[in-house]
Amino acid sequence: MDINAILISMVSMGGLGILFSAGLSIANKKLYVEEDSRIVQIADELPGANCGGCGLPGCNSFAENVVNAKIGIDGCPVSTEDAVAEIATIMGIEAVAGEKKIARIICRGGNDETAKKADYHGIQTCTAAKLMGGGEKLCNYGCLGFGECVDACPFDAIFMTENGLPEVIKDKCTGCGKCAEACPREIIEIHPISNKLFVLCKNHDAPKIARTVCTKACIGCQICVRAVDEGAMFMDNHLAKINYDVFGKHPELPTEKCSTKGLVIIEHESQPTEQISI
Amino acid sequence: MKLLSFKKGIHPKEFKYFTCNKQTEVLSIPDEVCIPLQQHIGAPCNPIVEKGDEVKTGQIIGRSESFVSSPVHSTVTGKIKTIDSYLHPAGTKTQMIKIQRTGDDDWQLLDVPKNWQLASTDELKSIVNEAGIVGLGGAAFPTHIKLAPPEEKKIDSFILNGCECEPFLTSDHRAMLEMTDEVLDGMAIIMKVLGVKKGYIGIENNKPDAISQITRKIQKSDYNFTVIPLKVKYPQGAEKMLIEAVLKRKVPTGGLPMDVGVVVNNVGTAIAVANAVIDGKPLVERIVTVSGDGVTEPKNLMTRIGTSFQKLIDECGGLKEETTTVYMGGPMMGISQWDLSVPVVKATSGIVCRTDKSTNGTSYPCIQCGTCVSACPMFLLPTKLARYSEHKLLEEANKTGILNCVECGSCAFVCPSNIPLVQWIRIGKLKVGEMVRSKN
Repeated sequence: MDINAILISMVSMGGLGILFSAGLSIANKKLYVEEDSRIVQIADELPGANCGGCGLPGCNSFAENVVNAKIGIDGCPVSTEDAVAEIATIMGIEAVAGEKKIARIICRGGNDETAKKADYHGIQTCTAAKLMGGGEKLCNYGCLGFGECVDACPFDAIFMTENGLPEVIKDKCTGCGKCAEACPREIIEIHPISNKLFVLCKNHDAPKIARTVCTKACIGCQICVRAVDEGAMFMDNHLAKINYDVFGKHPELPTEKCSTKGLVIIEHESQPTEQISI
Repeated sequence: MKLLSFKKGIHPKEFKYFTCNKQTEVLSIPDEVCIPLQQHIGAPCNPIVEKGDEVKTGQIIGRSESFVSSPVHSTVTGKIKTIDSYLHPAGTKTQMIKIQRTGDDDWQLLDVPKNWQLASTDELKSIVNEAGIVGLGGAAFPTHIKLAPPEEKKIDSFILNGCECEPFLTSDHRAMLEMTDEVLDGMAIIMKVLGVKKGYIGIENNKPDAISQITRKIQKSDYNFTVIPLKVKYPQGAEKMLIEAVLKRKVPTGGLPMDVGVVVNNVGTAIAVANAVIDGKPLVERIVTVSGDGVTEPKNLMTRIGTSFQKLIDECGGLKEETTTVYMGGPMMGISQWDLSVPVVKATSGIVCRTDKSTNGTSYPCIQCGTCVSACPMFLLPTKLARYSEHKLLEEANKTGILNCVECGSCAFVCPSNIPLVQWIRIGKLKVGEMVRSKN
């Protein structure tokens, strides 16, 4: 082959390369956009999952808003305390200690506990089942068991147990609230981690019906409400509820007498023993 | 002559032969009725009676102050047993009033003028409201609201919907044959209230006996209605399709029939209006078709509202052993039931029992054949909408017009991959609706 052809192409391509790189470097200088370096630094501290838990489109947008003082430094529900402290240092302000939040599943009606009313063959998501007469289980308030919360979790912190109930992995959960948003039955609640006492039921049925739909339903017997100080717990249409403001961070079980053992203290979250794919 | 119709749509098997030639039988009045406080679109009623009260047939037992609502009446003479939540055929538990019958009917009738032709429109409208009349075709929209269109909407035509395009159902067909006078009187009353001169009766061509009977009666009377035979096609009985077929008018996207100057009512509704205005009888009973291959002896039954499905099915000889599904309404838009203790409501046009084994719900990937697109009478893209809904792309779904879907089920019916398109679209509609509301 003619050596000239190779040389000419090398020179011409090389020349073009030099020309364009010069153009780009000039453009870089001329059109440089001044960006606050803190935005990048803060974005580095954030989880980077773009979960939207802060109410903004993503982590970068959150960082921008922090720098522009449109949102507090603790506005990200997902960030760890260390990260918040780090962001505070970047911004040159003092960090306010925020409490870690965690998702709690307020239902214990798995496949074993609830009565089944019919076979459901439709789309296997909770919203679809809810629209089609409320899914397979007889309970009109409890978990539907199709795992829409599992799909919604950006941190893989929820899995379905074999019993058909979602379970939260404590260490992975960041309390972003995506699962609670996804749940059509609203049985997932975001609580500060120090709230340990729960009535794990959402059933408002009258006692007679509640017993028939689920073995672990709150039957509204009011034993717990009577056992605590006035105002600490209350009844809401056949369902016992806890007023955390009055109750404080009481770690003790007010009564052992809960007939369905639905009033519990959650201490440890179990790790996934066997993950079931959905 | 070429029959009128709308564009697109589908041709499901009719299965009308089960009951179309059977005279309507009157079901004996049940000993116990369970009357839901919500049987209509709009705000649920509040009970105005208490446990232990004596009620007469036709007495109002629940009403609401809200504008979009309709009162409910006791359908037997008896004593209020309980007011509690029971299962509704729509699938969820709602507040219902259970009444124990104590004796024969003791009617509490409405105050009606001697001659409705001389009555004022306001008077007629209030009778329709007090009688608890809602659209009996299935949607159960309160009729008195349809009869009171806003001032700026000029209504020039009225269409009576006698299509009954759902397979199996024959309650409207039998009503047109057996209660022709009431149908025509009811239609005349509605037209007087609306102040329209042009009245059309749209009937699908698979009911030639009803078409000829109504034409004959019109000729004998002074009414000047036009009977329009329509092509047999689903969903011919959907309001927007019917208007397109009869008047060649297109209801605009997101609009109502009144936007093109039309009001549509069902045959059953016209009968209820006639009974209320002429006899003073509130809406306490309706014809329910019990049909399908899953029931021993299919029948048309004149039934009190609040009667349990079980009683109707027992009257028809019970379910066959191989029955797999029971729907309220037709197989296209009906709601499958899991408990037969649910009561007949105002919108129960039929109970269809099937022995279909193909309801296992297995669906296959979309093969992009476009059959659903050529079936959709609303000119939507069902496959695209379903996929947007599946992947939660709500903005796109909204732009593609998901809210215009009338949930007729044509797309899912023709889908060769058995994809539950309507179910996905319903989920999408729910979420898009929430999104649009939160934005406003």
